[in-house]
Amino acid sequence: MATLATRARRPGALARWREVLLRPRTLVAAAITVVVGYLALIPLVYLLWTTFSDAQGFSLGGFARAYGDARIGELVGNSLWFAAGAAVLSLAVGTALAYFNVRTDVPFKALFFAASIIPLIIPGILYTIAWIFLASPTIGLLNSLLEPVLGPGTFDVFTVWGMIWVEGLHLSPIAFLFMVAAFRSTDPSLEESSLMSGATRVQTFRRVTLPLVRPALLSAALIMGVRSLESFEVPALLGLQNGIYVFTSRIYQVLRSFPVDFAGAGALAVGLLAVAALGIWLSNVLSRGHAGGTITGKGFRPRPIDLGRWKPVVGGGILLYFFVTVLAPLMVLLYTALLPYYRPPSAEAFASMNLDNFVAVFNLPSVPTALRNSLVLGGGAATIVMALMAVAAWVVVRSGIPGRQLLDHIAFSPLVIPGLVLGVGIAFVYLRSPLPIYGTLLILLIAYCTRYLPYGMRYAVSGMQTISAELEESAQVSGAGWWSTFRRVLLPLIAPALLAGWVYIFVVSFRELSSSILLYTPGNEVLSISIWELYANARFGELSALGVIMVLVLAVLVAVAYKVGARVGLKS
Amino acid sequence: MLTISNLVKSFAGEASRRRATAGRVLAVDDVSLEVGEGEMFTLLGPSGCGKTTTLRAVAGLERPDSGRIVVGDRVLFDGEGLNVPANRRGLGMVFQSYAIWPHMTVFDNVAFPLQVRKRSQRPGKREIRERVAKVLETMELGHLADRQATKLSGGQQQRLALARAIIIEPPLMLLDEPLSNLDAKLRESLRYELKRLQRELGITSVYVTHDQIEALALSTTIAVMKEGNVLQTGRPREVYETPNCRFVAEFIGTSNFLRGRVAAREGDRVDIDTEAGRVRLESAARVPVGAEVLAAVRPESLEISTTGWGNRVNEWPGTVTNRAFLGDAIDHIVRVGQGSLRVRGNPSVSIKPGTEIFVATEPGKVTLVPVG
Repeated sequence: MATLATRARRPGALARWREVLLRPRTLVAAAITVVVGYLALIPLVYLLWTTFSDAQGFSLGGFARAYGDARIGELVGNSLWFAAGAAVLSLAVGTALAYFNVRTDVPFKALFFAASIIPLIIPGILYTIAWIFLASPTIGLLNSLLEPVLGPGTFDVFTVWGMIWVEGLHLSPIAFLFMVAAFRSTDPSLEESSLMSGATRVQTFRRVTLPLVRPALLSAALIMGVRSLESFEVPALLGLQNGIYVFTSRIYQVLRSFPVDFAGAGALAVGLLAVAALGIWLSNVLSRGHAGGTITGKGFRPRPIDLGRWKPVVGGGILLYFFVTVLAPLMVLLYTALLPYYRPPSAEAFASMNLDNFVAVFNLPSVPTALRNSLVLGGGAATIVMALMAVAAWVVVRSGIPGRQLLDHIAFSPLVIPGLVLGVGIAFVYLRSPLPIYGTLLILLIAYCTRYLPYGMRYAVSGMQTISAELEESAQVSGAGWWSTFRRVLLPLIAPALLAGWVYIFVVSFRELSSSILLYTPGNEVLSISIWELYANARFGELSALGVIMVLVLAVLVAVAYKVGARVGLKS
Repeated sequence: MLTISNLVKSFAGEASRRRATAGRVLAVDDVSLEVGEGEMFTLLGPSGCGKTTTLRAVAGLERPDSGRIVVGDRVLFDGEGLNVPANRRGLGMVFQSYAIWPHMTVFDNVAFPLQVRKRSQRPGKREIRERVAKVLETMELGHLADRQATKLSGGQQQRLALARAIIIEPPLMLLDEPLSNLDAKLRESLRYELKRLQRELGITSVYVTHDQIEALALSTTIAVMKEGNVLQTGRPREVYETPNCRFVAEFIGTSNFLRGRVAAREGDRVDIDTEAGRVRLESAARVPVGAEVLAAVRPESLEISTTGWGNRVNEWPGTVTNRAFLGDAIDHIVRVGQGSLRVRGNPSVSIKPGTEIFVATEPGKVTLVPVG
């Protein structure tokens, strides 16, 4: 740019525009916008195109078929019931836990955060299968334990209530983290003054605390609802058995039946996308209105409320929660993994335990490939996303280029696209496009990159915001051009944030199911698909062994992610 | 050395702030400055006066809307398409936060400006090492060369930032409030250090600060800025003793203002009838008799006496209404006529409020300030 600027002494706006447009920073920004736009927007374009067209051109036939179905009312009803139920359950549990954690002297505070990383460590598919092992009416461990007392089939996980239970519990740690943030940003002196005015703890909670966190609560409720709507593994594994359909499982079923009704599946996907986008938008509106208004104060390290004689009761509740959400599912997986064949617990059962399943699972033809694929895809997606987002974050945070917010919005847009819908969109792209990547690992890589763009963006942006702009300006004044400044000053400084993002994306890619399920082909399985297939073939022993291995790998990765993340002051 | 002509820079922003044209805020509004060789030129003003924007425009970090910036005989910006990017201007800059790269050692920080030069102009590794060592020696940082830059004290970081700015021997050094991050004691000692270094190295410098004492102590020339305009430029003593407007008089030091009307004029001698009585002062300004003016007088230029002097020109009777002990001085607030004067004096003279006293000053110590 030096040569250009010093040489081109043409007066007027034209020269100025030329200079601005040909600056390396402008070119970099344009290139990155094109790549991110391609990843994030093309699947949506193809989704809409396929949905609204047939052989003759524009058509609403897909919509007519999808929403004209006699059972559509039931489908929508089930979806909403399931989503609302899971949201309510997860929020009730999460809010209570968060309140006790932030505001009271409840014991076992360490357990809370152990429980809060569970959804990261136990993939949804394993969590759901673990609950099948626990509460299936035929093989459920809890049912066989209770059979002498209550008769057979006390619990039935294959119902909407079962779905709500599993999804709600799996989401509750996320609700917990949301509400912890909300309670922490509320000045405790507001509650203390309520107590000083003579209100009881319960009155204070109801009349002061809850109204203060209400915006956060509503916003969290919407997000939990949207996440439940997007959930694929729970409705597919629990609902399909008894013909309980929700949007995601129905889309999957339409795409797996013959002849495939692409437009019909697309119509359902568009409907789901619209609802999800609406929910997230509403949630943002709600939390924005109050974001800055969080009730300020200096006394942010309050004396925790003394629970007094309720302490053992609440403590017991916490232990029970930890047992139900964390220990029971993990233990049942381990239990099943160690048994030669699945059976209720008994002396003989424990006597027969061995490690054969752990050996057997690696002798299955697809599993070693799946493990390798998952590692390659995780590493590849994490590397590509973080490399792209390092530059994109620079454009958004630093470049000052007009319209840079657009890039920010595009990079965040996959956040509102349910994984399954993204899978549908990407499948549509590469079914039509001449690029021969359908049926290769590449299509999964593209899907993962798109899905995790927002996470990469968040890590890179928050990393960059902690770096003073003067550090770059001083490099510029020292004579460094754009690339030197980026490589020698900015990149080393945000490296920890990029690394944290890398590990996080690796973790979430490693357990991805809902996009992969539509895009994989035999030979290109990933680990979660292997588990899906093992479940379909009722090979519970090998499945559990693989699940245990997967949980261990994820636990190590998450531990690394937290270590790295804590060092750069980020939370995931 | 540095010539800035008719510099204008506006930002998109709320129209409520400062002068706005078409929704844009004028941060720098037609500023022209001339900085001579070897000068320590200070841009002084309250926050938001445009001093930092002006400095950043010289650095190439902000693109002005129009105007012209010339360093030596090199045009850096001419408002007609020529805008040399910051990394090709070859200037030195010390940032407010020092902007020391935390991932590099002291040596690497200083070597950086040499290392990023174009391959053809880049000195060899050995030469870089020698030059960095020499500069670090000058800054008394030689023994810390291999230290991680973040492990330095505040004063050392400041010297490191300076070392990095002067390593390429720039024709012009820019300093953006380099002392504002330090505690008061350190700031004072570094002020003299900075002054000594600047004089020794002879580098022409532009210094931005909002601290009037710093400006008075360091500068060869001060330009006082307000709302994007330069109000007065001059030697520190000039600006202090003969402020050309009320803002400058108020911003630099403390002043007593007496509103009044010109009663008589004879050459440079002007008599003014003020709320405190008749004031005589010396001014070259051609103000007509009857014009409304302000007379400004510094608290330390006023004297008090319980007995009075008898026949002094500017001597007024008054009553002490308040006093404040400041440690190295004492302030008395004295009611004189309808006006009120702050008088700063030796702390050994302390007079009880309510006491009748006399206040006086020399005509040469009173400044005529245009009303506004």
